[in-house]
Amino acid sequence: MGWNRKVLRVNLTAGTCAPEALNMAWANDYLGSRGLASKYLVEEIDPKVDPLSPENKMIMATGPLTGTMASTGGRYTVVTKGALTNAIACSNSGGYFGAEMKFAGWDMIIFEGKSPKPVYLYLENDKAELRCAAHLWGKTCWETEETIKASHQDPQIKVSSIGAAGENQVLFACIVNDLHRAAGRSGVGAVMGSKNLKAVAIRGTQGVSGIKDFPAFLQATQAAKKVLADNAVTGQGLPKYGTQVLMNVINEIGALPTRNHRDVQFEEAGKISAEAMHEKRPTDGKAHLVTNAACFGCTIACGRISKIDETHFSVKNSPKYWGASGGLEYEAAWALGAANGVGDLEALQYANMLCNEHGMDPISFGATVGAAMELYDLGILSKEQIGLEAQFGSAEALCKLVEMTAHGEGFGKELGMGSARMCAKYGKPELSMSVKSQEFPAYDSRGIQGMGLTYATSNRGACHLRSYTVASEVLGIPVKTDPLTTDGKPELVKAFQDATSVFDAAGICIFTSFAWTLADVQPQVQAACEGDWSMEKLNEVGERIWNMERQFNLAAGFTAADDDLPPRLKNEPAKTGPAKGLVNGIEKMRPEYYKVRGWDANGVPERATLERLGL
Amino acid sequence: MQKSLHIDPAKCTGCLQCEMACSYEHTGVINPAKSRIKVFNFEHEGRKVPYTCTQCADAWCMNACPVEAIVIDAATGAKIVKEATCVGCKVCTIACPFGTVNYMADVGKVQKCDLCAGDPKCVSACPTGAITYVDADWTGLDRMRAWAAKANTASVSA
Repeated sequence: MGWNRKVLRVNLTAGTCAPEALNMAWANDYLGSRGLASKYLVEEIDPKVDPLSPENKMIMATGPLTGTMASTGGRYTVVTKGALTNAIACSNSGGYFGAEMKFAGWDMIIFEGKSPKPVYLYLENDKAELRCAAHLWGKTCWETEETIKASHQDPQIKVSSIGAAGENQVLFACIVNDLHRAAGRSGVGAVMGSKNLKAVAIRGTQGVSGIKDFPAFLQATQAAKKVLADNAVTGQGLPKYGTQVLMNVINEIGALPTRNHRDVQFEEAGKISAEAMHEKRPTDGKAHLVTNAACFGCTIACGRISKIDETHFSVKNSPKYWGASGGLEYEAAWALGAANGVGDLEALQYANMLCNEHGMDPISFGATVGAAMELYDLGILSKEQIGLEAQFGSAEALCKLVEMTAHGEGFGKELGMGSARMCAKYGKPELSMSVKSQEFPAYDSRGIQGMGLTYATSNRGACHLRSYTVASEVLGIPVKTDPLTTDGKPELVKAFQDATSVFDAAGICIFTSFAWTLADVQPQVQAACEGDWSMEKLNEVGERIWNMERQFNLAAGFTAADDDLPPRLKNEPAKTGPAKGLVNGIEKMRPEYYKVRGWDANGVPERATLERLGL
Repeated sequence: MQKSLHIDPAKCTGCLQCEMACSYEHTGVINPAKSRIKVFNFEHEGRKVPYTCTQCADAWCMNACPVEAIVIDAATGAKIVKEATCVGCKVCTIACPFGTVNYMADVGKVQKCDLCAGDPKCVSACPTGAITYVDADWTGLDRMRAWAAKANTASVSA
């Protein structure tokens, strides 16, 4: 089985919660989580719907491996039409919330409509109720979690919630669970806020019993865990250094976007790297990093738990931030740091904590600050307009702007629109480093060519987690390709996109793919789920998911013109490092990619492709 | 040789593989809510601590039980709940100073760690070696070794 075969439908307008049977024909075609929830979304909403209107829906979904001993089997996804992107959105989070949903007996929760007043959903196994959230509205994600646990007198409840950012519909608001894990990108938190849904609180005590063949499943998960443990990246690099292991590596290869992508190397990268997090601070003699941490079921444990320097200007008068807290992960450290030219590790941790506390995606927030700093540098934005001096490299500006954005104060409201809308407003749309209005993550596509195609064609806007070709181009996983050429990248990107769709749909973490290929996932899915789950079928499921998402976006109004990069990456060569003199070769890769995908010259899937995939 | 569970919280990442393995072993379902070992997360200190029964030699739970439902497994030293005898009075849950005996409302019995008849499943499930099963007389051996390693054994010559 793998699935609970049960969906909860919550109509927020009517205030009703009703169980329904999971569509097993769709489960067979889309597996779960990202795939299956997207199928529901595509079937149920008009692609042209305003993401922040009651007509949009938001689905929280688990996969068949969520809540099992499959390593990293704790993921859940939030699927909706993205507030930031107007494209299909699927944001993925770890922590313990996803497994709890499964233990309560549900595969997914579909939220529709809009509540007339703030509510939270309380789920205790089969019991589902919408409760008044008047006392929670305005509270941070951290306070919300604490308040719900206290009021139910149950510390074992798991909570996903929005903070002020989601309530105020900051377009890159996220949904935070377990204090510092988040369904981070595309503005899913703004959608939740638009529905007046403050939180989802779950207590599940039924567990997962529906594994098709338990002995085979235990054997398959055990073998796969050994692969992770024996691998240098998942067995040593990630547990010790976290994703931050990449900071110095990516800087050295000249692919660390710096100061809104003006540069590809950051002279202070070392100061915000994993190695720096391990070093003792001169101020208090303690290392920034306290320990590593795992999400539910994860045998890698890449998570970072750190303590900020209590004497740092950002927190010296705020003891509430002195405790251990999540971060820094590589993406956040890059977006809050290199993207703005800020080399102050403690300032980045402060900004990261505020993003977690108030529910904002640190990638889009940080990159939007980078764009604002460039507008300031060019004299387009003044000190008076921003309310402070915002030169590149200013840790003080970063710390102030994160507070202003979280609380929707002053210029923070403009930052809360994201870089694409902000730069357009000030007449410089080309300065937004984004695709489909979603900001780039931490890899410069001039130094890692495949990532340009990855960003341009990602169905949820610029994103590294849709086809992480960095694995191949930089780390040689599963095979080494040259990061500086476009050769073979269309095929590589397609293969990564399709495989990643399956990892996401299964309910496991994409970081396993540093060590696992689909061949390691397949026996686990096969043992857990009814039916035949051959490699051939899984590959087809991945391709089907990708094309379904594509079809939604085309129907929403996107065209081939949206599969593109900002002019800077196509016209301004990298200034330093191994990629010096290079721009991204998107124009060459895009038509080849369309061909490899079985799409026409306009990026529309050919009839034969759709028929082959049963779409 | 009798063995004991030995827990090193510094190695725990909070993955809950131990809770899954424990619950599956005893109930046939992956269900941390039914696990006899629990991992506690002290978020603000960045500490995670697995905690379960230490199998007291003179066990409060066993002494308190009015129907002698808690007995010693001679092979492992574990204090085991005989479910058929347990009447669910919960006196043992009050008697245990550590809270490691707990009531299961759905079956009306109590449950506690039974060392899985000498093959504790939490141990084999732990990916970091935070939970080990070692000689009961030498649970301090690791720490002794660590301190021994620090001893200055360079010869002091005049």
